[in-house]
Amino acid sequence: MGGSFIISQADKRPLYLQIMEQIRQRIAVGDWASGQSIPSIRQLAVDIGVSVITVKRAYLELERDGVIVTRQGKGSFVASDAHVGTRIREQELAQHLEQAVRSAALLGLSPKDLEKRIRASYDRVADAEKESV
Amino acid sequence: MNELAVELEGVCKSYRFFELDDIALQLPSGTIMGLIGPNGAGKSTTIRILMGLVHQDRGEVRVLGHSMPDEQVAAKWDVGFASDDMRLYDSLTLGWHMNFMKSIYESWDAGYAQLLLKKFGLHADQKIKGLSHGQRVKATMLLVLARRPKLLVLDEPTTALDPVARHEILRELTDVMVDEDRSILFSSQNTQDIEQISDRITFIDRGRIIDSMDKEAYLDRWRRLRLEVPVGVALPALPGIIGIRQTGRLAVVIANAFEADLPGAYENSGARVQAVENMTLEEIFVANVERSREGVTV
Repeated sequence: MGGSFIISQADKRPLYLQIMEQIRQRIAVGDWASGQSIPSIRQLAVDIGVSVITVKRAYLELERDGVIVTRQGKGSFVASDAHVGTRIREQELAQHLEQAVRSAALLGLSPKDLEKRIRASYDRVADAEKESV
Repeated sequence: MNELAVELEGVCKSYRFFELDDIALQLPSGTIMGLIGPNGAGKSTTIRILMGLVHQDRGEVRVLGHSMPDEQVAAKWDVGFASDDMRLYDSLTLGWHMNFMKSIYESWDAGYAQLLLKKFGLHADQKIKGLSHGQRVKATMLLVLARRPKLLVLDEPTTALDPVARHEILRELTDVMVDEDRSILFSSQNTQDIEQISDRITFIDRGRIIDSMDKEAYLDRWRRLRLEVPVGVALPALPGIIGIRQTGRLAVVIANAFEADLPGAYENSGARVQAVENMTLEEIFVANVERSREGVTV
């Protein structure tokens, strides 16, 4: 199961974040269904080939985000709400938007300016998609 | 579960040109510890002391509950040790060595040994003298791993291996962790190996332990901040900073005790925080050693 996890040096983020993201992806696409039992921390660490403590940290943060739950003595599960996949995508979007706001602040852009830029990006993406069809 | 596989306390050893000073470390069972430090820092000496190969002048060493060096015979049944200068018999085959280990250690797992032979691309009827350096390292690892010891002590297990062989070794080491009772202590010059598979990191420089702690907590303490410093603004002295390099209006700040309010403190001084970046163990290693070489006090 861990075979398809990828730990990359080209990815500048710490290992636990790389693992968190890939667990989120599995849940978002439904490979790890809501309520389903997931590997133990130790098992996933062995499968991926990383330290136990790194997977432990990823699990703890995912619990904090409400993406997975750990029940004493029973192991870890994907959160059993029907919208967990959507919620993960929402969290991702929120992160990207916050990043955009920070970058805009560095450029001294007002919220209005940022809005305009987002609209322009929207158009560019839409055009690109039209072309690729 | 919370038992210690290895415990060193107040360990000292003096040589004419080198001194190991007050070494203390703890390796809980079921975890992997990576020992890191520049050449000549004392990694190998520490490993030799805990294997009972070198006797400490002072201090306590316990390995799987056995006091070293006095109880080393008892300890060694459950400890697998591998280092670069391990002696194998040149004129004998790898298979001979495997049989030899099997005759000594009850825990020898012949099936696993065969599997490793295949995984490592080795042949039992190969003579040791015909092996390349990398093959010799893999042969040594095979002989140690197939014993399935409770504690593996490995001095530079991945040095001089090609990337594929390195990954094979790392993979076998993390596989050991399926069993919560087994532990690994290894040294490496490869920070990436240590970052990937260690639960704890112990940093040695010039015969002293600089840090020995949980890897995630350790990496989390370090950050690199990129600042824009407007003309007329002087960067304040803030706690937890070990280095500031400024050229023109851009400054790079290295924090080894990062707190969430640090970027805000720089903003308040008039600087603009452009980025707060995590650091790799490699970058932390260099920053740590440079600091100690420059003799900068924090």
